[in-house]
Amino acid sequence: MHEMSICESILGVIREQARAQNFTRVDRISLEIGPLAGVEIEALKFGFDVVMRNTLADGARLEIIETEGRAWCMPCGQTVAIAQRFDACPECGSHQLQVTGGEELRIKEMEVN
Amino acid sequence: MCTVCGCGEGEVRIEGGDHGHKHDHHHHDHAHGHDHHHHDHEHNHDHGHHHHYGEGPAGVSVPGMSQSRLIQVEQDILSKNNAYAAENRQVFADRGILALNLVSSPGSGKTTLLVKTITMLAERFGLYVIEGDQQTSADADRIRATGAPAIQVNTGKGCHLDGHMVGHALEHLKPADGSILFIENVGNLVCPAAFDLGEAHKVAILSVTEGEDKPLKYPDMFAASSLVILNKTDLLPYLDFDVSVAIANARKVNPAIKVLEVSARTGEGMAAWCAWIEAARAMQLAGHPAGKAAE
Repeated sequence: MHEMSICESILGVIREQARAQNFTRVDRISLEIGPLAGVEIEALKFGFDVVMRNTLADGARLEIIETEGRAWCMPCGQTVAIAQRFDACPECGSHQLQVTGGEELRIKEMEVN
Repeated sequence: MCTVCGCGEGEVRIEGGDHGHKHDHHHHDHAHGHDHHHHDHEHNHDHGHHHHYGEGPAGVSVPGMSQSRLIQVEQDILSKNNAYAAENRQVFADRGILALNLVSSPGSGKTTLLVKTITMLAERFGLYVIEGDQQTSADADRIRATGAPAIQVNTGKGCHLDGHMVGHALEHLKPADGSILFIENVGNLVCPAAFDLGEAHKVAILSVTEGEDKPLKYPDMFAASSLVILNKTDLLPYLDFDVSVAIANARKVNPAIKVLEVSARTGEGMAAWCAWIEAARAMQLAGHPAGKAAE
């Protein structure tokens, strides 16, 4: 259940940004989260509302952009789509995969006031 | 919470003092050369308090008019933790300290393994331990009984250690140059995977009583680890645990991962584990003056 500390980290970034960019309210925040980031999105949504309560992001709309898992298959020599870390290459069945995408855990943009 | 360094969140307690560093930054100095309460729209608000009006780009507020705007942030959510971890990593590099982050589920035998390891290595290396648990200092007490300096970090409700807690623990523990630091993370195969502490390696401890599918059930941890210790192998005759399946599963998640079969209780495999630690230390010390001093 580290989604709660992730929400606290998000709040930390919001507060830093609020100081740097002079805003006092967040209306919407959009996050980019990959399937391999180790984050349960439902738990994150729950934690978000709780952590943001009585802060400058109270009631802010949480928008989540889910990215795709991607890996470089060494035997095939090409990028393939994966949903989980232990997935085999859909082309050749090998597990010699190097994850290249899907670990994103980023704040993309915010609509602020 | 301190919004400057982010500490003071929740219930983290570090033994031996109330939170290490001096929080001078809590006493925000309000002696700016101007008065915030006067409606002077010219000055720059480069600090975050006493914003009564006109925080928009134009510096004025117009009733009924929204100042909503979009800002591009593009920042990793864990960037703050990663910054603390990078600081720790720099300290370890500068001082030739090998830091290992031991992760596992509760009850895998981490502390027993650590006690045995310390007994085997204590004569040759300086050894230090940071113990992470939600509550109690029981584990640090067990480590201290071996003579190795240990510090307990209680995370309260937290499910993992983070870079900031380790940074503070280091201030108290003061590991010597060229030493080995073991960080025993909170027993949890999920959350500690996401939080870099600045360690050279994560070592996942998996006991054979847990089932060979653990690497698939908790892939993030095994993907982040350099080594798996398959612990409690003395129990294998009584279990249906298939070692080769467990290893194959770990390799599905992380093709580069190394696996050692160990019984901390009987001592089987402990020599290989100590050899791995020594090799890792040699890598950490490559080119460092402490490496020459130690030889």
